[in-house]
Amino acid sequence: MEHLFSLFVRSIFVDNMIFAFFLGMCSYLAVSKTVKTALGLGVAVTFVLMITVPVDYLLQTRVLGPDCLVEGVDLSFLSFILFIAVIAGIVQLVEMIVERFSPSLYAALGIFLPLIAVNCAIMGASLFMQQRIGMEPGSSQFIGNVGDALVYALGSGIGWLLAIVALAAIREKMAYTDVPKPLQGLGITFITVGLMAMAFMCFSGLNI
Amino acid sequence: MSLFSKENREALIGPLHLNNPVTVQVLGICSALAVTSQLEPAIVMGLSVTVITAFANVIISLLRKTVPNRIRIIVQLVVVATLVTLVSQVLKAYAYDVSVQLSVYVGLIITNCILMGRLEAFAMMNGPWESFLDGVGSGLGYAWVLVAVGFVRELLGSGTLLGLRVIPESIYAENGGFYVNNGMMTMPAMALILCGCLIWASRALTKEQK
Repeated sequence: MEHLFSLFVRSIFVDNMIFAFFLGMCSYLAVSKTVKTALGLGVAVTFVLMITVPVDYLLQTRVLGPDCLVEGVDLSFLSFILFIAVIAGIVQLVEMIVERFSPSLYAALGIFLPLIAVNCAIMGASLFMQQRIGMEPGSSQFIGNVGDALVYALGSGIGWLLAIVALAAIREKMAYTDVPKPLQGLGITFITVGLMAMAFMCFSGLNI
Repeated sequence: MSLFSKENREALIGPLHLNNPVTVQVLGICSALAVTSQLEPAIVMGLSVTVITAFANVIISLLRKTVPNRIRIIVQLVVVATLVTLVSQVLKAYAYDVSVQLSVYVGLIITNCILMGRLEAFAMMNGPWESFLDGVGSGLGYAWVLVAVGFVRELLGSGTLLGLRVIPESIYAENGGFYVNNGMMTMPAMALILCGCLIWASRALTKEQK
């Protein structure tokens, strides 16, 4: 229980997808103009992460890992192809399910759902999960079962959501400021994200 | 049609400056920021992306008439994932240290927006040779930004370039000098700020030329 809590808090603040690893930056910059759409995308990313990471965890430990399928064969070099196929498939599936059972959520998420398939945060979380399986069990980053993978996915998703909503709120206010012409738009956004990342650095010593 | 007609040269040179994938189109930022704390991984990453973009462009351009429109994204993803797997295995075999430093970011080339963008916008509509040039151009446009950011961060952050000492030991504070490394440069935050400044400079220059 303690391990799950520590994993959860660390993946939100310390190993934040945006500020520590720059994952999902493209959609982060493109969709952070208003708080409302940012919130929609953040929820969608969290949702997809919570399905793909546990599924990829099972694939990695039951199919791809050393000695899983055939004795003495390590298939982990196939993980890129398999993970991206799983992600693309699950995004499609989630899209269909949401459309069928909750048309209002589907309309709110709009084009963000299909875009998530090429969001690096989703692929990145699966690849980090693959790395963390190999860590020593005592470490607070260790992922040892499906529950850990699910908590890690939830934490990463919430961290991403927090980052995008915060940036969107700042950008809404920044629309009224007088920024030098060539710096307007993306230039100043980058510098803002840099300053936010500096603020998040103060969490780096956090250990529960 | 000559091999280097005007349009082909445009496809190769354009992305280096006026149409740069990172500073103008703002694609593929994730990996651009993460691997640039030192120069060597930045160079390796830039080259890997160039190779993958060029060959993925060629393969998709050859397949463009046979692939049904509805499943083209999946086909593109599979082609890219295969190339990335190849590059990652080659790096593990011949440059193990760098591949450890790059860690998950090699795998993340699959979801690099530059690749998908070029495949969708160029390779689906043009022949293999043009696509190859376009891929090389976009890849190099991405690579030079990485190298520029990596250069500044390694020089100011640890006083070295490619692991070789550039700023002499004798002027460091602990040896009686005045100089101290800027530790901030090795942190993720500075990558974002440097990249913002690079976009600023690039846009200011482009406007002057027009």
